Amino acid sequence: MALGLGTAHADYTLNLMKGVTKVSNDIYDLHMLILWICVFIGVVVFGAMFYSIFHHRKSKGHVAAQFHENTTVEIIWTIIPTLILVAMAIPATKTLLELSDVEKSDMTIQVTGRQWYWDYKYLDNDIHFESHLDEASERVHRTVGADPRSVPNYLLNVDKPLVIPVHKKVRFVLTSTDVIHSWWVPDLGWKKDANPGFINEAWTLVDKPGTYRGQCTELCGRDHGFMPIVVIAMEQADYDAWVKRTSEQQKQKPDLSDQSRQQLMAHGESVYLKNCVGCHQIDGAGVPGLIPALTGSAIATGKWESLDGFLRAGTSKMPKFEKLNGKEFAELMTYVRNNLGNKVGDELQPKQTALPDDDE
Amino acid sequence: MSAAVDEHDHHDDHHDHGPEKGLLRWIITTNHKDIGTLYLLFALTMFFVGGSMAMVIRAELFEPGLQFVDPAFFNSMTTMHALVMVFGAVMPAFVGLANWQIPLMIGAADMALPRMNNMSFWMLVAGVLLLASTLFMEGGAPNGGWTLYPPLVLQPITVGKALPFAVFSVHLLGISSIMGAINIIATIFNMRAPAMKLMDMPLFVWTWLITAFLLIAVMPVFAGAVTMLLTDKFFHTSFFNAAGGGDPVLYEHIFWFFGHPEVYIMILPTFGVASTIIPVFARKPLFGYASMVWATASIAFLSFIVWAHHMFTVGMPIAGELYFMYATMLIAVPTGVKVFNWTATMWKGAMTFETPMLFSIAFVVLFTMGGFTGLMMAIAPADFQYHDTYFIVAHFHYTLVPASVFILMAAGYFWLPKWTGHMYNEKIGQLHFWLSTISVNILFFPQHFLGLAGMPRRIPDYAVQFADWNMISSVGGFIFGASQLLFLYIVIDTIRGGTGEKVSDEVWEDAAKHGLEWTLPSPTPYHTWTTPPTSVPTEHVLDSH
Repeated sequence: MALGLGTAHADYTLNLMKGVTKVSNDIYDLHMLILWICVFIGVVVFGAMFYSIFHHRKSKGHVAAQFHENTTVEIIWTIIPTLILVAMAIPATKTLLELSDVEKSDMTIQVTGRQWYWDYKYLDNDIHFESHLDEASERVHRTVGADPRSVPNYLLNVDKPLVIPVHKKVRFVLTSTDVIHSWWVPDLGWKKDANPGFINEAWTLVDKPGTYRGQCTELCGRDHGFMPIVVIAMEQADYDAWVKRTSEQQKQKPDLSDQSRQQLMAHGESVYLKNCVGCHQIDGAGVPGLIPALTGSAIATGKWESLDGFLRAGTSKMPKFEKLNGKEFAELMTYVRNNLGNKVGDELQPKQTALPDDDE
Repeated sequence: MSAAVDEHDHHDDHHDHGPEKGLLRWIITTNHKDIGTLYLLFALTMFFVGGSMAMVIRAELFEPGLQFVDPAFFNSMTTMHALVMVFGAVMPAFVGLANWQIPLMIGAADMALPRMNNMSFWMLVAGVLLLASTLFMEGGAPNGGWTLYPPLVLQPITVGKALPFAVFSVHLLGISSIMGAINIIATIFNMRAPAMKLMDMPLFVWTWLITAFLLIAVMPVFAGAVTMLLTDKFFHTSFFNAAGGGDPVLYEHIFWFFGHPEVYIMILPTFGVASTIIPVFARKPLFGYASMVWATASIAFLSFIVWAHHMFTVGMPIAGELYFMYATMLIAVPTGVKVFNWTATMWKGAMTFETPMLFSIAFVVLFTMGGFTGLMMAIAPADFQYHDTYFIVAHFHYTLVPASVFILMAAGYFWLPKWTGHMYNEKIGQLHFWLSTISVNILFFPQHFLGLAGMPRRIPDYAVQFADWNMISSVGGFIFGASQLLFLYIVIDTIRGGTGEKVSDEVWEDAAKHGLEWTLPSPTPYHTWTTPPTSVPTEHVLDSH
């Protein structure tokens, strides 16, 4: 669904974008005001300087004056900037106060930054999903010489976008489970850090339906550049329909029926690209000194039961993957054991790997 | 060593003994000029090392997609580029200038603590080498950014064996800086020619005095912060770990309490050099000497109380956001005073445009551009958009490259003839200036556009709408990098004889009116001011003198 929607960022701009909220427009106005103040001061000061550089040169026979202070002038050029700053501080304060007011929101979404994707939880209706970089971008950015222009919205597209209704005050609570991330959609006008162990608040109220794209803006490790954000703002009716559809999808139990080897490998690659590639790399080689290789790994190519247990338990360096369901375990393990330079030769079916509570 | 002492005793009456012979001279030297030279050459070397890392960054960003380096190595490059440039190039270069110039400018025979001077230089070398060694370790150099934010920098999957080496390196660099700062303060307070009152001191001496106090105040804070990283990593403390009752944001506060004064440590001596060079080529006294001193002191004071403007998006209470916004905006006032004063110094002068003056004028203009974007980012709500984008990358590079680095170049052109007795090649100097000034703008100006259009910093790959400006920026970067080889050539050429023209003691027309160093012979003898000067130039100070 996300792939088809919107090309809002197809063309670049030189200036800050106005965005689609009142606050983002206020911020744009602040930006333009301070920019023009700077341009004005620049023209006056550099104008005087360049006049002087042009006229007061020795080669033109100019004789140097010897003055070296003037208290009146010095007081004037201390006071005028101070007044400009006070004038600037007033609208800035107003916007800042407005931005910090998270009261009276219509709904709340919990945003959790993780290495390297976003996790969204709608606190009002139990919708909960992860939002990963789309597979096309994932493949291209990991391949030397691949053409980014062949991918629509390269690096700014996700598998599951965040969906919000227009004209509603949406409150966000932001946190992280690993390192510091920062959630930024320029069209909404702000970014806010997602700190592990702490919760930050922010809000937005979008007026215009559309697709708005952003990125993580706090360095969060090797794939910091590859955890985009896509927000789709919808009319209330469309949003309600989306909520209904998504809740139903979430309640569906995973399909544990047998798959062909080809299907297992293809689905397994998708699971791998979402969950494993950030650390273990696209060829399973890992990173020397930091992350073990999967190619030839005794754990990956040993008994599948122990690999299964390993994935579910995690280690001090690797998170638990209990969030995957039985179907995904079968697909992933088949892929890892028979690709990435491994040739175990077996093939695992969802029914083998599913635990009784996996389908919840 | 004892042989040297004995010899010295035997020749008590012979004051002007020269340096040690051979390589040992440079290792054991306690002469402020030798140590200044060591600092400057080391800084120049590190400028090219850090610059090569920047070239790697710009090469990878030349086009979207994966070209040359893996993202983790890219992150190591941005991290190491910053650390090497800040702690290996810019700071040591200014310490080198201080070593050479402060004793010459205040009529002192040497620095107050010559042996410690030697030790602080070699500790700097040890610190930087320790840091550089991490490049060759398994798991690579630190790649969590020069800010070393936890929990990222503590993560086993992110940083391999490098952390303790980086931490110990910071300790060594900090000790080195503090010793250098103590030396500078002791020298300025105790070794001035009796005729020179505090308000007679050249601005370069004033700005370094204030910078030295900043260094002593904040280097221990940074050392403390990284030590807490070390104990969190290896001794199970939880200063920055929420699961143990700590707070990762605490690190950001401590880091920037060091970090904001740190950026002024790199710019205040820059102001001092500009205030020294511009009057000489405008043939006028510096305008507003006293206000320059007070503006420097005010900026230094403000630098301690604005740190959290680096953290507007971290989730602070509204009162904190408002306070840090107002306090930060205030910095524009004393900084504006400085720019107005430099302009007024040029006004109605009789200017000539030799290379040092060209670099100084470019500094005033381009530093002011960096100041403008700084003012824009002080507006907290607007910073919610600018923060951690290429807009800030453009901002701080404008305040560091065409400001600090340009002024270091200006200082090189300005004082090398004095130090060596040889004139540099003015034509090549001007070529270096124009190539640098044009390319530095091609390099950094488009980054404003990239940031405003939404490109985050510290990413190894980007969406295709950012491609054009990145390519232009990279081209500017390559030209800028290559142009600096001209500077290297000029430095070597000037040391080896330059144009062959014998320079006068003043070097620049009427320079002796502006500073004591120009009353000494060129090249400056190995020992100077063994008897202090009896009068000092006062044309740049208040009429009451």
